[in-house]
Amino acid sequence: MPKQAVVPDDFTKPYYDACNQGKLVIQNCKSCNILQHPPAPACRECNASDMEWKEVSGRGTIYEYGVIHDCPVASLQADQPFNVAVIMLDEDQGIQMYSHLPGVPADEVPVGSKVEVIFEETPNGQKVPEWKVVN
Amino acid sequence: MVTQNAPDSMFRTQEGLGLWEHRGKVAAVGVGHSLTSRRWDGKAETSVGANSITALRQAIADAGISPDEVDGIVLDPGTTTGAHWQEGDPIPMDVVNAFNPSSDPLDGIAKLSAEWILKNMPELTNVKFTMNGTGCMSKAIVVAAQAVGDGLTNNCLVLKGWHNLEGRYYQGGANAQQGRPGLAAISSLWGTPASYGTALQFAAYCRKYGKTHDMMAPFIINSRRNGLLFPEGFWAQNRPEGLTEEDYLAARWIAKPANLYDNDIPIMASAAYLFTTAERAKDMKQKPVYILNHVSSRTRARSLTPTLEEVEADTARTGRMLYEGAGITADDLSFENMYDGFTLFHQFHMEGLRYRGVQNGEALDFYQTDISIEGPNPVSPSGGNCGSGRTRFWMHTDSIQQIQQRAGARQITGVKAEIGVSGGPMPLGGDFTIWSSTPG
Repeated sequence: MPKQAVVPDDFTKPYYDACNQGKLVIQNCKSCNILQHPPAPACRECNASDMEWKEVSGRGTIYEYGVIHDCPVASLQADQPFNVAVIMLDEDQGIQMYSHLPGVPADEVPVGSKVEVIFEETPNGQKVPEWKVVN
Repeated sequence: MVTQNAPDSMFRTQEGLGLWEHRGKVAAVGVGHSLTSRRWDGKAETSVGANSITALRQAIADAGISPDEVDGIVLDPGTTTGAHWQEGDPIPMDVVNAFNPSSDPLDGIAKLSAEWILKNMPELTNVKFTMNGTGCMSKAIVVAAQAVGDGLTNNCLVLKGWHNLEGRYYQGGANAQQGRPGLAAISSLWGTPASYGTALQFAAYCRKYGKTHDMMAPFIINSRRNGLLFPEGFWAQNRPEGLTEEDYLAARWIAKPANLYDNDIPIMASAAYLFTTAERAKDMKQKPVYILNHVSSRTRARSLTPTLEEVEADTARTGRMLYEGAGITADDLSFENMYDGFTLFHQFHMEGLRYRGVQNGEALDFYQTDISIEGPNPVSPSGGNCGSGRTRFWMHTDSIQQIQQRAGARQITGVKAEIGVSGGPMPLGGDFTIWSSTPG
């Protein structure tokens, strides 16, 4: 899927640098030890600003999915219809990531299946997390 | 004068607060609407500013008071349906100069301030209070109700206007670019349309409770039917077309399981209400509709998008807060007018309210029964966004008109309209009001 190029800023650079190294990191609050995604300058639970990036296993479960037939992003429209699934991380089922589930036909998503992270290169070379079903 | 956003202290967001301190002491009396249109044609007289002036003047006249009695305005300064004025696009100075402009040339065209309204409604000579209820009419209503109750204003106009420009919904800006900033990419890179989150929750709902998308058809048909009985609405005014089950089931997908009719059509329109004290309302032209309570959800999803479990927990909490502050129970509701844009979350609002005893997972079965305005269990008698276009205010206008017994062909007849509930937009993050024919 021809995703848009991703341009990290100072705040998201550690997340995307980790992707380029084949690692998945998630923001963690040092104060209350709760993972947070998407990242933010402060913890949404306790408002502390003492945040760190924590490497996670890159394993998860497909929670649910939708099939996109009318996509607002121009670069993806040629590939309609396509899946967008929500992945729940094994470390914390409250943390979600989106996935196109490469290789899974549209509307044939095995909800509840285990998945593993892979990293997909966007047009400017920046890698982003994607997910594949574990057979 | 620069209008401020309403402070957090004006919103009732917690359980355990008891009865609302102004229960039955604030009333809605006047209603005003502009005409609707699909998109702006570039003329001054159809701009969001002009539409809003029309709606405001109608609301004042409908209440039967003199404009110089109005002492407050609460509005949502945002007016976009998703179409933004692109940076660098030429500003139509003929439109700007057709009015008394504020310091921002897009004021009255692609946004709306209380200052612009006051510059262009010289008859409003005694407005001392202005405040922004930023978000939508649901929030502006809550702010105005609290403001009147707190004595900040006695005769308060409540306004929401919408502009809609040429071009497809949300398809410009960052979505048309080659690149995406890092933080935005985390949620936007996968190309989900606006209804995706709701579609996802609905899919989880169907999976959990064994329901199917086609079970939504009676709700869609009922909503369009009610909308066509709404003379102020878009479909009634511009395209008086009913919907059949076949139409609904054959509609193209947007984000499956959300199809075209589960999404609402962006339009231009403005609506205004006149709120006042219960005491002053007695002498006005229309029957007062008393506000028994208002509550707000400020719950945020834990991660990218709310799960079904988060939605169910929060809508139930909203229902409990509404009843607690109003001093009523679900059995007291004559009708419900909860938000429906997107249609696939209306059942979450209904189930959270336990409307007619409907529990989690039961609303789609309830849709297969008589939910019409003639029956004992009217569902969305306004027709909502599905029935009249994307404004997020039909439900409020209808609730006021139902209780005033002047909803015309849309008047519910299977049950007397005495207490109703309206509000939205989203199940997580909305503002809700209980309306009543008596002060309690």
